[in-house]
Amino acid sequence: MIQCKDIRKTYVNDGNSTEVLKGISFDIQDGEFVSIMGPSGSGKSTLMHILGALDTATSGKYLLDGKDISSFSEDELAHIRRDKIGFVFQAFNLLPRTTVIRNVMLPLIYQEIPVADRLERVEASLRAVNLDEKRWEHHSNQLSGGQMQRVAIARALVNNPSLILADEPTGNLDTKTGDLVLETFERLNREHGHTIVLITHEPDVAEHADRTLLIRDGELISDTKNVKP
Amino acid sequence: MLTSDLTQEIYTSVTVNKSRSGLTMLGIVIGIASVIVMVAIGRGAQSSIEESIQSIGSNLLMVRPGAERDPGSPVMGARGSAETLTLDDAEKLPSMVSAIESVAPQVSSNGKQVIADGQNTNTSITGVTEVYATVRNVSVSSGNFISAAQNKNLSKVAVIGPDVEEALFGENATGTVGKKIRIAGTEFTIIGVTVAKGGTGMGSSDDVIYIPLSTAQQFFTGSKYVSMINIQVKSGADMDAASAAVTTALLSLHDIANADDADFSIMNQADIVSTASSVTSTFTALLAAVAGISLVVGGIGIMNMMLTTVTERTREIGLRKAIGAEGQDIRKQFLFEAVTLTFVGGATGVALGWIISYIANAYGVTASVSLNSVLLAFSVSAAIGIVFGYYPAYRAAKLSPIEALRYE
Repeated sequence: MIQCKDIRKTYVNDGNSTEVLKGISFDIQDGEFVSIMGPSGSGKSTLMHILGALDTATSGKYLLDGKDISSFSEDELAHIRRDKIGFVFQAFNLLPRTTVIRNVMLPLIYQEIPVADRLERVEASLRAVNLDEKRWEHHSNQLSGGQMQRVAIARALVNNPSLILADEPTGNLDTKTGDLVLETFERLNREHGHTIVLITHEPDVAEHADRTLLIRDGELISDTKNVKP
Repeated sequence: MLTSDLTQEIYTSVTVNKSRSGLTMLGIVIGIASVIVMVAIGRGAQSSIEESIQSIGSNLLMVRPGAERDPGSPVMGARGSAETLTLDDAEKLPSMVSAIESVAPQVSSNGKQVIADGQNTNTSITGVTEVYATVRNVSVSSGNFISAAQNKNLSKVAVIGPDVEEALFGENATGTVGKKIRIAGTEFTIIGVTVAKGGTGMGSSDDVIYIPLSTAQQFFTGSKYVSMINIQVKSGADMDAASAAVTTALLSLHDIANADDADFSIMNQADIVSTASSVTSTFTALLAAVAGISLVVGGIGIMNMMLTTVTERTREIGLRKAIGAEGQDIRKQFLFEAVTLTFVGGATGVALGWIISYIANAYGVTASVSLNSVLLAFSVSAAIGIVFGYYPAYRAAKLSPIEALRYE
């Protein structure tokens, strides 16, 4: 589970310091599906970077699986990302001219998983996101946007992360394929018990989660349970 | 990162952009190949010059008359122009210096017109004794060399070089021995043709006519002096000591007290060899330097391509870092990619250099590829990969994943 205590982040630029996060505290339990919502400039991206161990907070504590990673070195953070976090980006960030299978396998390379064990895990991930088996050998750039994002989700799943972080995953998709991707997240959460944090600026998207944290001007404004029909 | 994954990643990125990788490698291929060919040609020149110096005979000292100097004048004439050495000197030397194996005096006269069968040529005439053949490594392919009896009798006989034979009687001439030639109006009978030694750096020894020394003095120089005394030193004897002993002997024969006033000079064959090798190694170094510059240019090409690749793949690097790649995983990948390019380029360059040297040999340019230059070129190419690949790889490894993922 995730515990954030008084997370602050200050950027210093030419002597001017800007406080982007002004003391944010919340907990996320294992198996929760949480959305972090806020307009652009609210600090939600900075918060996502800290949650994803891409960056560290200026002050405050961030506990991931009970471990305080707020003062980790770059390489230690890389290990946390490798073992505990799966990312899904707005722009998919798949390797072009590379097969779907190879794309999904990428995190396993850095985990140094033995070659023989890899394919099984990749196939399990691809099945979990319901990607048509006929597409598995295709190059990533031959797929549609919705398919690409599901490949990206499969890639985020393949290392069995404690936390899946999705940064505006529907931003580059039309409403229909966006809904399909969101349904995939809901299903992964419901059926596989994955902990998912979804970052978005759209209330419609945020609604798909069980709980919404609203961020504005670097402060946590509200923490509400979503009532689903 | 497992080695097999590293290999696969490098293979993928090199082959994805085949033409760019190929052109970049071409820079290294040309650099390495030119280093190998240039060094091979330099070495070839060196060994052929050394060989031709060896071919004039071994353990050889050559005594030549000193420069002509008018009494009281500080101006010196050309070396060898004075008439100071006599046949008498040559005959007395062996009894005075124990290290001497044999002595072969010679009389040279340049540029005499030679006529035979209506053809004519211009060549140098060398008057020699029978010993000359052994001292100077001359052998005949047909007929005989000049004998002691012919020398005694002032016989009008000649042994001609293969170039002279070709000039007078055409290519692949046969039955030359026994034919008559006229040298500056005097008729001589050909008694032998020498074996070709090949062109040398110091005037071809194939374009020459040997006649008995006494005959040459009688008909062409008209004096008792000789142009040069070739001395073969006993094998195993110290050349420098022998040279000093010959100097002392000649000084006493010429009644000269001070060695600085010597009216002759002695050339040691070893000195000629070392002078020639120092010239050719400078030549080789120069060629290698020019080729080395092209290798450096090739290396910069590698760096340029790697920097472009890093910039192009910024987002990909960001993604790799986001999913858990450490800085060193990224650095390794780009560094090894550069090393792979230079290594493959280097191997191709070595092969190409070898082929070019082989072709050059077929066309008469002596080029000898040395294992050392191959190893050197190969390690230089790998070093270039590391040196010029390091900076782009370092830049890639240092990228912040957040910045890199945002990069457009």
